Amino acid sequence: MHEMGIATEIVRIVVESIPDDMTDPKVERINLKVGKLAAVVSQSLQFCFEVAAKETPAEGADLHIEEIAVSASCRTCGHRWQIDDPVFRCPECDSGSIEMLTGRELDIESIELAGE
Amino acid sequence: MFDFYRTQRHCHHDPKGPHHHHDGEAGAVIESHGSGTRKIQVVRNVLDANKMVADRLQQRFDSHGVFVLNLMSSPGSGKTTTLVRSLADLMPELRCAVIVGDICSTHDADKLAASGAPVVQINTDQFGGECHLAAHVIDTALSGIDLHDLDLLIVENIGNLVCPAEFDIGEDLKVVMLSVTEGEDKPIKYPLMFRVCDAALINKIDLVPYLDLDTETIRKSILQIHPEMPTFAISAKTGDGFEAWLGWLREKVRHKAGIQTI
Repeated sequence: MHEMGIATEIVRIVVESIPDDMTDPKVERINLKVGKLAAVVSQSLQFCFEVAAKETPAEGADLHIEEIAVSASCRTCGHRWQIDDPVFRCPECDSGSIEMLTGRELDIESIELAGE
Repeated sequence: MFDFYRTQRHCHHDPKGPHHHHDGEAGAVIESHGSGTRKIQVVRNVLDANKMVADRLQQRFDSHGVFVLNLMSSPGSGKTTTLVRSLADLMPELRCAVIVGDICSTHDADKLAASGAPVVQINTDQFGGECHLAAHVIDTALSGIDLHDLDLLIVENIGNLVCPAEFDIGEDLKVVMLSVTEGEDKPIKYPLMFRVCDAALINKIDLVPYLDLDTETIRKSILQIHPEMPTFAISAKTGDGFEAWLGWLREKVRHKAGIQTI
């Protein structure tokens, strides 16, 4: 629901990351990691990004979203596993004391700029 | 748009292939390719601007020894009614204030103000009708609250089980409320909210006799997502369960105030 706010932040960070020696920079691709637990709908984000990027160096860039699976480790037995069903309990020892390892990402990994 | 630009160091092109160097202040790695395309490693969380403000707020709350509770739920689960009853019990022993967020109207603030606690109503239609309270919005609302004479600040977030889960506001505790009429499937449908919260309130238990499910089923469903989370079954209408809920909260608030005075 807050994809427009996220898209605006993406554009802000991307534009901030462009080296200032570039004249008329053009961002071709943005590599974004989105965890499956993150409260973001990829399709809405794509749509909002197109709007938010207008009249910026990121206009027309390909927003490449890599979805990251949810994974956890057990604090009791050390088991690590990928969570596919919404059950946050260790499948090995049934402990409820778990640490989330991945799945909440909302990270801009890198951007790719067209050659001058 | 110019505000977006930040001074960074030059990257010299290397026609022989990819080449890395660290960009001092930003910590970015720039890769130049023969084709002229430049790849810049950014590695930044999209919400880091909110996190920065939230961290600053937390320091401010800590320096005043103010305990901050972020209460979240879907619309209509009974946040305001629960707060009205909670404030009546907690005050005047604890000095309380409330920030209440809604997209529009001052309906909730009017109800809460009857408690005598200072109440700041935020209407996010001024912030683009946002579906959550971001840290900078709380920062703005604090201009209406004196942190010096305060023990507990409760933030009644905007009714929504999705977005508020992503936005820290410098709080000590996140509490999610689920009313029995919403059904036991909500934790499974909105796992992030139930994962990030520190406690859950199951409200409207007075309605259980009219439903096809019981409180225990809902509790189990919450624990499936967050097995170690404390849960409190309450009725904001009858006051059932408030002793346990407020006893737990009081203990947390006193603990923080105690740390402050040492």
